[in-house]
Amino acid sequence: MPDLLAVDGLHAWYGESHVLHGVDFVVRQGELATLLGRNGAGKTTTLRAIMGIAGRRRGSVRFAGAELIGLPSNRIARMGVGYCPEERGVFASLSVEENLLLPPPVRPGGLSLDEIYTIFPNLLDRRRSQGTKLSGGEQQMLAIARILRTGATLLLLDEPTEGLAPVIVQQIGAVLRSLKERGFTMLLVEQNFRFAATVADRHYIVEHGRVIDAIDNAALAANEAKLHDYLGV
Amino acid sequence: MFSWLHIAMPPAPALFAQLLVGLINGSFYALLSLGLAIIFGLLNIINFAHGAQYMMGAFCAWFLLDWWGIGYWPALVIAPFAVGAVGIAIERLLLRRLAGLDHLYGLLLTFGLALVIEGLFRQRYGSSGLPYTIPAELIGGKNLGFMFLPVYRGWVVVFSLTVCLATWFVIERTRLGALLRAATENATLVQAFGIDVPRLVTLTYGAGVALAALAGVLAAPIYQVSPLMGANIIIVVFAVVVIGGMGSILGAIVSGFALGLIEGLTKVFYPEASNTIIFVIMALVLLVKPAGLFGRAA
Repeated sequence: MPDLLAVDGLHAWYGESHVLHGVDFVVRQGELATLLGRNGAGKTTTLRAIMGIAGRRRGSVRFAGAELIGLPSNRIARMGVGYCPEERGVFASLSVEENLLLPPPVRPGGLSLDEIYTIFPNLLDRRRSQGTKLSGGEQQMLAIARILRTGATLLLLDEPTEGLAPVIVQQIGAVLRSLKERGFTMLLVEQNFRFAATVADRHYIVEHGRVIDAIDNAALAANEAKLHDYLGV
Repeated sequence: MFSWLHIAMPPAPALFAQLLVGLINGSFYALLSLGLAIIFGLLNIINFAHGAQYMMGAFCAWFLLDWWGIGYWPALVIAPFAVGAVGIAIERLLLRRLAGLDHLYGLLLTFGLALVIEGLFRQRYGSSGLPYTIPAELIGGKNLGFMFLPVYRGWVVVFSLTVCLATWFVIERTRLGALLRAATENATLVQAFGIDVPRLVTLTYGAGVALAALAGVLAAPIYQVSPLMGANIIIVVFAVVVIGGMGSILGAIVSGFALGLIEGLTKVFYPEASNTIIFVIMALVLLVKPAGLFGRAA
């Protein structure tokens, strides 16, 4: 499979502080890759820098062959990149359905509203509720669901399991596997490598604003000692 | 025995006449505070140039009539577009550079702009007003039995209420409104979904300014067209916005009309307080509900 996303020598700054120091990795078409690492390693910043919302950035981010560095975030989204932020970003002044319908379709081939309600039946029941009246798990489902409608082919998911009960984490895992079957390519930021191991094809280890190692999911067991060392778990 | 009642209870026609004046003033308060609320919501800028833009709307109608013989009805459409275009230029050239800075910068810039614009108009047209005639279709009045209703004033109340409700509908019930509400909460994320937020901000400022200009055209036949007409009304409008809640659309509309009526009633029952009543209410609201009656606590 060809590379859908190729990040090469990516640097990013928040104001004066230099956060990413040359991040390199690729995500192949149809694959689910994770960025693993400790708090503050630069995983979230990497997603934000790909999306063009991390302040100043330098280097190269190529998506389906096109260079994204220098484009504003709305143009990046229009090329087919969907973003699900760590804080979920569910809008309080919008109903659940308004939240779902907010991101404009960027290409043909997105899921229909009916398909989305089939995957996330809770959202159908609560579609008239205020977005932030949902439970944490439902808000996470909503944040993922709304980027499936747009026809985006690459999904950037920032810690979708954070702070959720184990049963909800399992549901999200099932959703991510079914999205992979539908052909979505995903880049997942995670702290929880046990969860990551259940969904991913490949893991990149991020430390001090660089990718320091890449481990195939199949080789995860063999590399467990190394992983514990990287993540401090 | 009850002779004091005659002092306390004014004759009905006077009461209704003041209620009508209150409704008229309320119409302008509502239209102007609505524009301010929309601008504050998305741009986080307290648009002190709003009064000057209202005045420009009235002048635009006057220019159209005086220079080209273009009457009231076309002016009702042309003036909001023309003054809105000036607003768009102001946003593109000046306000955009203040994005992300403290409120104070936007406040000072728009306040300075208001002084410059009003100064230029006063230099050219003096501070005495220019007359603008009521359009022929709306001349005259109707005797409603309990009071005499000038047709133009009835039109102003009905039309501004319609504009307010239409604006509320667009913001609360349409997709464009959902985009505006979402961008007000988290502009970065809305842009990361593929929306050209800078353009949305420009058009929103233009729309808020256009509402001010529309109010200016409506006001031209009632008040005289004068360079300081905006400076006089805008202080009250800011009090209305604070009472309704900064950035609240419904709050701006309801408190605009309600405070106009309360002001009118005060003129009947205790005229000495009619100029201060709105500010007294503002102080009370700020003490009890600092975010305003319809505002969300930050």
